[in-house]
Amino acid sequence: MSQALRTPSGGRINRARTVRFTFDGRELTGFEGDTLASALLANDVHLVGRSFKYHRPRGVLTAGPEEPSALVAIRRDAARVTPNLRATEVELYEGLVAESQNRWPSLKLDVGAVSGLLSPFIPAGFYYKTFMWPRRAWQWLYEPKIRAAAGLGRAPEHPDPDSYSNRFAHCDVLIVGGGPAGLAAAHAAAESGARIILCEQQPQLGGSLLSETDPGAALGDGEWLSRTIQGLMNHPRVTVLTRTTAFGYFPHNLIGLEQRLTEHLAQPDPRQPRERQWQVRAKEVLLATGAIERPLVFPGNDRPGILLAGAARSYLNRYGVLAGRRAVLLTASDEAYRSALDLHRAGVTIAAIVDVRPQAAGELPEAARRAGLPLHTAATVVGTTGRLRVQGIRIQRLDAQGQPQGAAERIACDLVLMSGGHTPSVHLFSQSRGKLHWNEALQAFLPGQSPEKARCAGACRGIFSAEAARRDGESAGALAARDAGLAIGAIIREPPLLEAAGAAVPGELPQPAGRPAIKAFVDWQNDVTSRDLSLAAREGFRSIEHIKRYTTTGMATDQGKISNLNALGIVARQIGKAIPEVGLTTFRMPYTPVTFGSFAGYARGELFDPVRTTPIHDWAVHEGAVFEDVGLWKRARYFPRNGESMHAAVNRECQSVRTSCGLFDASTLGKIEVVGKDAVTFMNRLYINSWTSLAVGRCRYGILLRDDGFVYDDGIVARIAEDRFHVTTTTGGAARVLAMMEDYLQTEWRDLSVWLTSTTEQWAVIAVQGPGARHVLEGLVQDVDLSAAALPHMSVAPGRICGVPMRLFRVSFTGELGFEINVPADFGAAVWEAVYEAGRPHGITPYGTEAMHVLRAEKGYIIVGQDTDGTVTPDDAGLAWAAGTRKSDFVGKRALERPVMHGPERKQLVGLLTAEPHVVLEEGAQIVPDARVTPPTRPIGHVTSSYYSATLGRSIALALVRAGRERMGQTLYVPMPGGNLSVQVVSPVFYDPKGSRQNA
Amino acid sequence: MRDLSAARQGPYVAASPLVRPLPPMTRLLLRGGSDTLAAALAALGLPFTEAACRAVSESGRSALWLGPDERLLLAPQRQLIELTQLLREALGGRAHSLVDVTHRQCALEVRGPQAEVLLNCGCPLDLDPGAFPVGMCTRTVLAKAEVVLWRTAEHSFHLEVWRSFAAYLSKILALAARELTP
Repeated sequence: MSQALRTPSGGRINRARTVRFTFDGRELTGFEGDTLASALLANDVHLVGRSFKYHRPRGVLTAGPEEPSALVAIRRDAARVTPNLRATEVELYEGLVAESQNRWPSLKLDVGAVSGLLSPFIPAGFYYKTFMWPRRAWQWLYEPKIRAAAGLGRAPEHPDPDSYSNRFAHCDVLIVGGGPAGLAAAHAAAESGARIILCEQQPQLGGSLLSETDPGAALGDGEWLSRTIQGLMNHPRVTVLTRTTAFGYFPHNLIGLEQRLTEHLAQPDPRQPRERQWQVRAKEVLLATGAIERPLVFPGNDRPGILLAGAARSYLNRYGVLAGRRAVLLTASDEAYRSALDLHRAGVTIAAIVDVRPQAAGELPEAARRAGLPLHTAATVVGTTGRLRVQGIRIQRLDAQGQPQGAAERIACDLVLMSGGHTPSVHLFSQSRGKLHWNEALQAFLPGQSPEKARCAGACRGIFSAEAARRDGESAGALAARDAGLAIGAIIREPPLLEAAGAAVPGELPQPAGRPAIKAFVDWQNDVTSRDLSLAAREGFRSIEHIKRYTTTGMATDQGKISNLNALGIVARQIGKAIPEVGLTTFRMPYTPVTFGSFAGYARGELFDPVRTTPIHDWAVHEGAVFEDVGLWKRARYFPRNGESMHAAVNRECQSVRTSCGLFDASTLGKIEVVGKDAVTFMNRLYINSWTSLAVGRCRYGILLRDDGFVYDDGIVARIAEDRFHVTTTTGGAARVLAMMEDYLQTEWRDLSVWLTSTTEQWAVIAVQGPGARHVLEGLVQDVDLSAAALPHMSVAPGRICGVPMRLFRVSFTGELGFEINVPADFGAAVWEAVYEAGRPHGITPYGTEAMHVLRAEKGYIIVGQDTDGTVTPDDAGLAWAAGTRKSDFVGKRALERPVMHGPERKQLVGLLTAEPHVVLEEGAQIVPDARVTPPTRPIGHVTSSYYSATLGRSIALALVRAGRERMGQTLYVPMPGGNLSVQVVSPVFYDPKGSRQNA
Repeated sequence: MRDLSAARQGPYVAASPLVRPLPPMTRLLLRGGSDTLAAALAALGLPFTEAACRAVSESGRSALWLGPDERLLLAPQRQLIELTQLLREALGGRAHSLVDVTHRQCALEVRGPQAEVLLNCGCPLDLDPGAFPVGMCTRTVLAKAEVVLWRTAEHSFHLEVWRSFAAYLSKILALAARELTP
């Protein structure tokens, strides 16, 4: 029968709306408002998964995000499969498809469960103990097998089709948790006019009150909950975010929130993001994160049908679901009696209440006695029976010393409720670097002071009753508003009212000596048992951080929310220390798993990073250019014609530049305008060159070092006016050079009257290079005499081109007669096209970065970052001539004076010619002096640039070689997989060494 | 010879409901001491203030505070030569740097009651009018692009972005706008 365990009435579900879903292919129904877990339980389905290590049958343990074992995969389509979702958090929707995990061939018959039989041989740390020999078996046997067995759930294999969004927000008070404390806090803070964000991980506000049949009774105010929620929803300064988890607490009150927008919908709007990640900067943070019930550790405590007591109560009161028909309650606190009483009233047989305490005399135990529930005090559980579902438990009495004695008694049941008391949720508080203090009465860590502007309210600081938590939240909310700078009335915050709710001492329940090895689970998700922890302690581990890593306790995706304190208790007892002395492991974000998509946000696909394009980009696209990424820029690499290969295109482009004329987009070059009366002093101090002698209208090749003396950047620098330089940098170096300049200016050289402005994007730069360049420009350029006499190599002139203002540079990175036309960027495309049109009669050819690289290598011009690697001095690169020898100082000068910077063994830039002219060396290949050496050996250098030069009809390469300039003419060897390649050391200038072409 | 002096072409900007590209304008980056800046602004008919992150506007001209010694001057497109001339005369021998950045960047306007929310999809600043009032301007980031953000009215922002980032930025804003309720 469908939903056999649904109560006839009650709960917060909508019984008018039946929702169909499937679990492992089985068609089931639930109601609107159900979670997958509550709907499964309504259908008497407790077995929902297999455990991680031993493949033990597992069921629903909790009713919240702390769930460690009811993990399922939810499938919408092939690409939308989310593994490891907690069934307790999955909201039911029409057509939901859920699948169990970690089982084969089926959930009920799982072959992997054989590992449970082998479990005596796979204790804690078994990876470290076994698989040690033979060592080589790691590669082909152990690691592949372990990897295949490891992991839980399967990641989808298709790209994520959903979108994710990002939001930054600021508020006066961020309240985490929408239970009685959080709601009261929000209400109180809102009265002051504070800007408030209230986030709640559940779909509804109310927290623990949602699990009460009558929240009003719990608060002594029947309308409080609905009135408060209504007030907050309508408040203009309050943002309420449900289905939103505060997953991380970052420095300076930055809190990460993950808001789930469409996960609960049967038909999500594909235009809407699936999740939104919020980064909230709050003046004050108020944590009302509640508490999590602690399980008890006893043999066989992980069978399906064994739940936390409060969870069973939630299923009954919130969802109208009976978690079983015949229940046993195991407890160490009065509070858990409520679950037995509520279930009893709903018609569940309470077979026994087993209270480990010697007496149970409170109001609730008395009520249980009056109801006639069989109550056993001073008793413990020594085992359970059942395979896919619990069928009974065995209890034993405890003597005055708390030791089990007498015969065990078996009690038949299909539901076990357990409660070891409550653990305040201090995860976020702890992430804020707040200190925790051990509270003996509550057997729990409570928050102390946080270095952040944060405070706690309600159950997360040990104030468990709804009414007390509400009052605590109210005063905390008002105080938070006050500390955020808002005016509030007088408030009194009472010291925390820590009721002696009673809690089991964390650890394992007393067990008889010499008991058989039955597993008592501490960490359900990572299958860590009390024996594993005891073993770790016996083996000598003392630090809880080490024990955590050795046993993996608390390291699963649930981060040990329900297990950590019990693990601590077991270790503390084993090593004879008090719990606070053993200490706690670090709480880390995220509180619950967060999707990668949510972190990526908008940064996916073409928006992963900005794609920077030049004004000429569209033209290049139209011409069929192939692009390469240079930093964030797209640069045209070559322009293939009629299906040309890259090699053919580059050869053709190079030859056009050498024989007629080439057109190149150099707009991405970094440009910095250095202006001020001390501009020349600034340049002198920064660059190795001398600038004083540079006349207005002339250019110079500048080299910039770091203070360690190594080449950092290079570029052409033009003097536009006495007090104005137009500095160019490498494309990739633009930002860091400007940053370095600003750094020196703002920290070292405050005395200089000079300012820097990035003009990289102000100018489109059109390089016209080749013997025909002057002819191409003659008809276009106005106000500039292009003759070699008036505008020689390395000069600059203002003027116009087709009526557009420009700075015309006569410079060359190709070794040919060359011009670089700088026009304001909006004119870039039009001027480019005009130059191209004018150049067509002269055979003008657009060329890309690849041809540019070949052309410059033929001339031995270096590329910083390719021919230099951060350990190359100007002299190493053959650029010592550039240094201003009479300058008293420049950045890096002192470092260059160290003897090691002039040692005979320094690597120097040389050219290499292969013996075989058509063999192109691999860039990065190592160079050795002797053909007979075999590895391992010390190379004497490496190839930095290597190309086929169509102009020279052979390959060329640049290399850094130890004492390279002394080796001119020598034969060296480049060992490659196919054998040694012999190369001859030559000058790095392969073409037109006299430079007559560029001076034409 | 062709005259291309009117052949301007700005960067691509993706269309979206709250975002529109602003027409081309003149942009000058002025650096110098307080006296210099005061003299410059006076010459342009703009009030001078040392208040940080505040823009002043008058008759279509604006000066945006980007630093104690830095103002971004905005003016109608045709005023480039006039402005340069005025400043040259006003600043004479004073130490300063004046650089034309007209083409370096372009401007977008984000307008509408949801402008704040839209910007906060990528901008980490507090844009509540109490924290970021009308007239405030600052350098900041929007997603992975650096921008100058200037609030020109309660529901209107002026964004200056380097031209090669305009396509990226406008696409991010268009994507983020899809989730805003109209």
